[in-house]
Amino acid sequence: MQPIVSIRDVRKSFGSLEILKGVSLDIPKGGVVCIIGPSGSGKSTLLRCINGLVTINSGSIRVGNFDVQSLKTDEQKIALRKVVSMVFQQYNLFPHKTALQNVMMAPVHVLRENKDEVHARAVALLEKVGLAAKADSYPGELSGGQQQRVAIARSLAMRPEVMLFDEITAALDPETVKEVLNTIRGLVKDGMTCILVTHEMRFAREIADDVYFTDGGVIVESGPPADLFDRPQHERTRAFLSQIL
Amino acid sequence: MIRLKQKSKEHWWITSRRRTGDGGTDLPVLLPPAQALTRSARAERAWGFYTVRLPWQLGLMLLALFAAGCGIAQAQTTANHPSIFATIWKWTPLLLTGFLFNLFISVLAMSIGTVSGALLGFAQISRSSPVRKAAWFVTQFFRNAPWLVLLFYCMFLLPFQVTVFGVTVPIPGWVKATIGLALPVMANVSEILRGAVQSIPAGQWESAESLAFSRARTMWMIILPQCIKRMLPPWMNMYSILTMATVLTSIVGVAEIMTLTSRALSAENRPGLLLAFYSYVLFWFFIYCYPIARWTLYLEAKYKVDT
Amino acid sequence: MQFLWEWFRWLYDTTGVNLSIFYDAFDRGRFAAGFILTIELSLACIALSILIGVLGSWLQGSRLHITRKVVYWYIQFFRNTPPLVQLYFFYFGVGTLLTTTNASGAEVPLFNNITWAIVSLSFFAGAFNIEIFRSGVEAVPGTTIEAAESLGFSRLRIFFLIVFPLAVRISLPALTNNLVNLVKATTLAYAIAVPELLYTTSQIWSDELNVPEMMNVLLVCYVALVGVLTFVMHRWERAVKLPGFGV
Repeated sequence: MQPIVSIRDVRKSFGSLEILKGVSLDIPKGGVVCIIGPSGSGKSTLLRCINGLVTINSGSIRVGNFDVQSLKTDEQKIALRKVVSMVFQQYNLFPHKTALQNVMMAPVHVLRENKDEVHARAVALLEKVGLAAKADSYPGELSGGQQQRVAIARSLAMRPEVMLFDEITAALDPETVKEVLNTIRGLVKDGMTCILVTHEMRFAREIADDVYFTDGGVIVESGPPADLFDRPQHERTRAFLSQIL
Repeated sequence: MIRLKQKSKEHWWITSRRRTGDGGTDLPVLLPPAQALTRSARAERAWGFYTVRLPWQLGLMLLALFAAGCGIAQAQTTANHPSIFATIWKWTPLLLTGFLFNLFISVLAMSIGTVSGALLGFAQISRSSPVRKAAWFVTQFFRNAPWLVLLFYCMFLLPFQVTVFGVTVPIPGWVKATIGLALPVMANVSEILRGAVQSIPAGQWESAESLAFSRARTMWMIILPQCIKRMLPPWMNMYSILTMATVLTSIVGVAEIMTLTSRALSAENRPGLLLAFYSYVLFWFFIYCYPIARWTLYLEAKYKVDT
Repeated sequence: MQFLWEWFRWLYDTTGVNLSIFYDAFDRGRFAAGFILTIELSLACIALSILIGVLGSWLQGSRLHITRKVVYWYIQFFRNTPPLVQLYFFYFGVGTLLTTTNASGAEVPLFNNITWAIVSLSFFAGAFNIEIFRSGVEAVPGTTIEAAESLGFSRLRIFFLIVFPLAVRISLPALTNNLVNLVKATTLAYAIAVPELLYTTSQIWSDELNVPEMMNVLLVCYVALVGVLTFVMHRWERAVKLPGFGV
């Protein structure tokens, strides 16, 4: 089975600073991948390369049928974004729209779907993340965890095949982290392909099929969570894990 | 930010800051700069005016305009006319006296305005409700009235002479104009004072009270000394704006620099001299206001208060 | 209506308070014309200054260094010099340069004083607006824009659906201050003989010799005008307030 996301020898520099120095990985459909590593190792940049927010300098990225590095026009990129969706750490939602409007906006404006259908689907999605009661609240009236769940619902409204999560629990306090992680568990159970950049090691161990440890712009080590966390091969992996765990 | 409820009649001055739309979110919905922008807009409303930030490039620009004006005028000069620089040099002493007169008016208006504004400000934080309301009304009234209208008001309605203890004292036009300029200053100083007093945390009042300070004592020994620092930047900013606003008095006939400049221009009757003269005058204003504006920014940064 | 006007004439006859703008039709007309011109000036200047603000903040993000510099100089000059001098620059300086010949062959200025008043005051207020709008646009977080991009919005859609509504809401308090200052600055048009409220009132009081009454009426009118503007802007602020974005 062809992997749904295929990354080959990706390099990215911002000016003179090289962030990604040749990263390669494959993700099968329905797979869950966690990327861990110290800050500055290029994790967030890698995610942004996958959905085309950042253009790579060399290498190739294939998502579904799209060659991300060869997408030039806005329309091509929009077609890509219907396949892969991303949830960010902060300032995720549009503060001037209610939760329901946030979820509805993209299908209505980008996919040009019928408003009533989108409305019904949006309500169902909000129910799925457990926020049906907060449909008419503005982001400023929701807690951090609630905001992130609405952000997940909003990404799901585009019916993506792959979802990217960029440290979405990093800015939350511990109580609200749990509800967000529960939502992701639900997504994984439904068979969504997920790529998570996270610091939540316990969660990564539980949910991931593969864990990748990045440091200094390269993937140092990868493997099933049990192998990586319990029997790390590389010195750097060991050093990092001993700091975290 | 400390949020206090209106405790009792005595503590009315610590009114609860009505938190608008606080939804209890723990993730901010907009960046800190957005908050900073709104906060500075509110501060601007309290201070009375925008912050004058004179960059040195403006001085250069004015010099460039002056040079351009001289160039245009020189190009249109015929042979039997004196050179442009000689003309400007000829008029400079007269214009300088006019400029000094502007500065004198500004200092006088600032003094009158500050003293009366302080009194009005104290009235705004007085314990008695009718005094407070009346002072608030007067402050808002003079803040919302255009400066030129207030100038006209004073020019026309103040008597041209006053008899005190049997001595008739004439009140020249420029004195009336100065009082006219002092009125908006008074209103803005009052607002600055009120804002500064209200920005002092309630904890100060409470600890003073628990140490058995009387209200007047608390005000004089604890609150006001802290307010002085907060009031200095907007007060100096006000002065920069006032100095530049003294040119308004030319409209009501005071013989200050703008009137003298227009007289010089009509006496010379040479086209193109206008740009040179006006940029010359503006450059003087710039030279005067530049150190004030710089010092204001310095003080503002130094006394930055995290509310 | 006539009854109301006659009451003012009675007031004059009995108390000597001469409010001729009510009982005298000519004065009434003059005063109303001046009031309306002030309102028209204010509205025109508000519209043009907002346009300048939008244009300027867009140009400020230009890639050309010279464009950015020009906008910077424009802002610094119009912010930090007295608006009266700016008015004189425009009317007496530029205005006398832009002339055309009329039917009888004489040289007349191309634009009248009202036009110059609008241009000058709009440039004055526009300088502030550029800074206000620029700060408003920059205050929208980059992640929000990235989130919109990841959802597939095009750049144009992002600007109109997300950046612009947020920038307007953020800029509103500062814009209110600026517009209030602008309305108060319309009185400066008196200096170039624009028949706005202050000018026509001064004509009325020099004709009718009722200076105190007209002065008070003038003050009240302006304070009311500013009050109405402030009220409208505050209502607007409250209507588009972002919940959770408190100060």
